[in-house]
Amino acid sequence: MLLSIRSLTKVFPGTLALDGVDLDIAAGEIHALLGENGAGKSTLIKCLTGAYQRDGGAITLDGAPIDPKSTGQAQELGIGTVYQEVNLLPNLPVAQNLMFGREPRRFGLIDSRRTRAEAEAMLRQYGLGIDVGRDLGTYSVAIQQIVAIARAVSLSGKVLILDEPTASLDRREVEMVFDVVRDLRDRGLGIIFVSHFLDQVFELTDRVTILRNGRKIVTERTANLDRMSLIEHMLGRALEHEVTGTATDGEIKAPMLQFDGIGRAGVIQPFDLTVGQGEVVGLAGLLGSGRTETAEMLFGLRQSQDGQARDADGPLDLRNPRAAIGAGFGFAPEDRKTDGIVASLSIRENIILGLQARRGWSRPIPRAEQNRLADDYIRKLDIRTSDREKPIGELSGGNQQKAVLARWLAMNPRFLILDEPTRGIDVGAHAEILRLIEDLTAQGMSVLIISSEIDELVAVADRVIVLRDRRHVAELTGAEVTGDRIMRAIAADDEAAA
Amino acid sequence: MTLLTRIAPQLIALAALIALVSLFFPGFLAVDVSGGRLVGPVIDVLKRGAPVALLAVGMTLVIATRGIDLSVGAIMAICGAAAALSISSGLGLVPALLVALAAGAVAGLWNGVLVAVVGIQPFVATLILMTMGRGVAQLITEGRILTFSDPGFAWLGSGVLLGLPVPTWIWILTAAAVGLAVRRTALGLLIESVGVNRRASALAGVNATLLLIAVYVLSGLCAALAGIVETADIRGADANNAGLWLELDAILAVVIGGNSLMGGRFSIVASILGALIIQTIGTGILLAGFPSEYNLVIKAALVLIILVLQSPRIAAEWNLWRESHRVQPRERRRT
Ligand SMILES: Nc1ncnc2c1ncn2[C@@H]1O[C@H](COP(=O)(O)OP(=O)(O)OP(=O)(O)O)[C@@H](O)[C@H]1O
Ligand SMILES: [Mg+2]
Repeated sequence: MLLSIRSLTKVFPGTLALDGVDLDIAAGEIHALLGENGAGKSTLIKCLTGAYQRDGGAITLDGAPIDPKSTGQAQELGIGTVYQEVNLLPNLPVAQNLMFGREPRRFGLIDSRRTRAEAEAMLRQYGLGIDVGRDLGTYSVAIQQIVAIARAVSLSGKVLILDEPTASLDRREVEMVFDVVRDLRDRGLGIIFVSHFLDQVFELTDRVTILRNGRKIVTERTANLDRMSLIEHMLGRALEHEVTGTATDGEIKAPMLQFDGIGRAGVIQPFDLTVGQGEVVGLAGLLGSGRTETAEMLFGLRQSQDGQARDADGPLDLRNPRAAIGAGFGFAPEDRKTDGIVASLSIRENIILGLQARRGWSRPIPRAEQNRLADDYIRKLDIRTSDREKPIGELSGGNQQKAVLARWLAMNPRFLILDEPTRGIDVGAHAEILRLIEDLTAQGMSVLIISSEIDELVAVADRVIVLRDRRHVAELTGAEVTGDRIMRAIAADDEAAA
Repeated sequence: MTLLTRIAPQLIALAALIALVSLFFPGFLAVDVSGGRLVGPVIDVLKRGAPVALLAVGMTLVIATRGIDLSVGAIMAICGAAAALSISSGLGLVPALLVALAAGAVAGLWNGVLVAVVGIQPFVATLILMTMGRGVAQLITEGRILTFSDPGFAWLGSGVLLGLPVPTWIWILTAAAVGLAVRRTALGLLIESVGVNRRASALAGVNATLLLIAVYVLSGLCAALAGIVETADIRGADANNAGLWLELDAILAVVIGGNSLMGGRFSIVASILGALIIQTIGTGILLAGFPSEYNLVIKAALVLIILVLQSPRIAAEWNLWRESHRVQPRERRRT
């Protein structure tokens, strides 16, 4: 075995995050690490990479026991990691990002010509012939992700860990990254792949290990498992109804909000949008097609140059998020780390924050009421935590996402904008959240949902608007809302866009 | 976390310090009554610590928003000068005080707008007023030391009320008022939230801009009070020396109070204890009779020891050590 983990244990105050986990990674295999939100996947990885110190157990690499004290040390030992959020420097050239810290030197100075040449040679191994002199940020997220992989592999070269690396990629980009990963497997690396996308697990991986509540449930060859049994192992129960692409009835909802000519040069071309009461409008499109910008414009986070928003009672003021909230809007942003969570405050405080801001500083929500609200949503959204006073930053990624969602649900807006609401959320909670959206819309709330998962749009949306190159290019209603139609519209198939 | 566990480190540090000072100066804790007033080294600490304690109240909130206010010493000088000028030009006590407070509020507003609206980093934004403020104070006093003889004003600096020095009452009441205002309302939560993640807070509908401005205005008001107390105490406004370097003591008080410079959770009580620790060190060194050239070095050494003992790293090691010396029940997590 390349990497062996035996009875790995990690304790946080009030939480046994890892409870005697065994895991073996062979050279030349891609090994999926699966589990619900809060199962302990990220914790296991952080123990491997030295970001956390384990409380018990042994790790051997190539037969020798290791005990990395920092990510740097783990890299030297041969364990490299790529996280979901690319953690390179977008404002620096690709070459510098790749070679940072070990640039070839001449007379003590960085030899930039050789740095570039070596960077280019490195990326060519990955079939990437890009200009390494350009800033990393000017390339697509997929390319950035591959650069991150290249950097991790060149630094370490034995074990490569990918923690939800495809969460913000579209299908073609996922393929690109997968080709790179398969190639690395064939070169003899041991690869750990963490993801909530089960399709990708079946497509890419050789073996699967499933964690639940910090314990290892099973390790199995991927080919021997089917989707149902995988989910059952993860959740410890069968999933009542998984989200599938059922077309909605397409009944016309009474219009509630009307946006006319909202847009801004260079950001998003002016568009009109009508949202019906209780309607779910989906926004589909590639990364950078203007979906998030559309949402930000509707929520007053970016100013529209022109145009107007109105409801039945007249024009609406959407100057800034506060004004939009006043008009009954809500917006759960895409990037929960920078825009969502207030990390060192408790789960309770994070959930009531929006409600409190709306009530004003002089009318604090009574503590008993805060507790009730927090407990209510912790239960409803199944947020895995030891208690409501835990700092939200200590929750697992998916559970943080749920808590941010809870903040907006607690405010009970009439129009809720959700930007990738289920990113990083496990299959069980995913179904739960989509069901919640259905309940809320049945009670009259309108929802605008942005998602890269087309199945998700098909499942919840009454209407899907497709964006391309910062323009609203197609609108699909009722029976037209199928995965196929959406994909074709996204891919600039004129027939579908017409 | 209860208040007591939160401020335990500061209480322990203060107690240890008092014990240490008492070794060199056995009468440190002795309090006498003479002529209806309490006298003794401890009372002296409570009185002379007033400016830093007042500054620490405002500074705590500024730091909770992940900011810093370097200008409070200069604002003290401005407000002291403004009060002294008003009094000596016959304006009357109350109007003079209002002028000084208004000056503090305007100075805070200036800082707040630079930080929250213009978007300058707090360190740089308040550095501007730190540099400029003393110049403004000198313009007000026209370069002289403005003295006055208004008994009412002087009472604010050296008077006695119910046995305690008036400056002591001023900081106690200010700290209590601000403490209640932030904890009995939602202000405390909103300030912490803006300090930890301004963008996310603003997205959730928190009026971060207004809140930031308000916090700097409050810091300016606290500095105005500190300036009034100091000016009243020496019966004169000295634009060059009033509040000199006190911004650093105020920041130190907040840090000794265990408040993170990265913003978020804060405790005004803990900062006040920090201010008292600093003053106890100062008074203790004098009383213990060390030559004055040792003062700064001893103060720095003591502060360093306190901060090292409080550092999260040491605390973590200490917890680890404690855990390893006790049989730990295996906890099961809730699922
Ligand atoms: N720094 C921390 N302090 C306290 N508890 C933590 C910390 N990090 C993780 N935990 C807890 O450990 C458990 C496992 O979390 P982990 O992040 O490993 O989950 P995960 O499997 O990666 O979930 P997700 O799919 O949501 O990313 C959770 O209950 C979490 O609250
Ligand atoms: Mg995780």
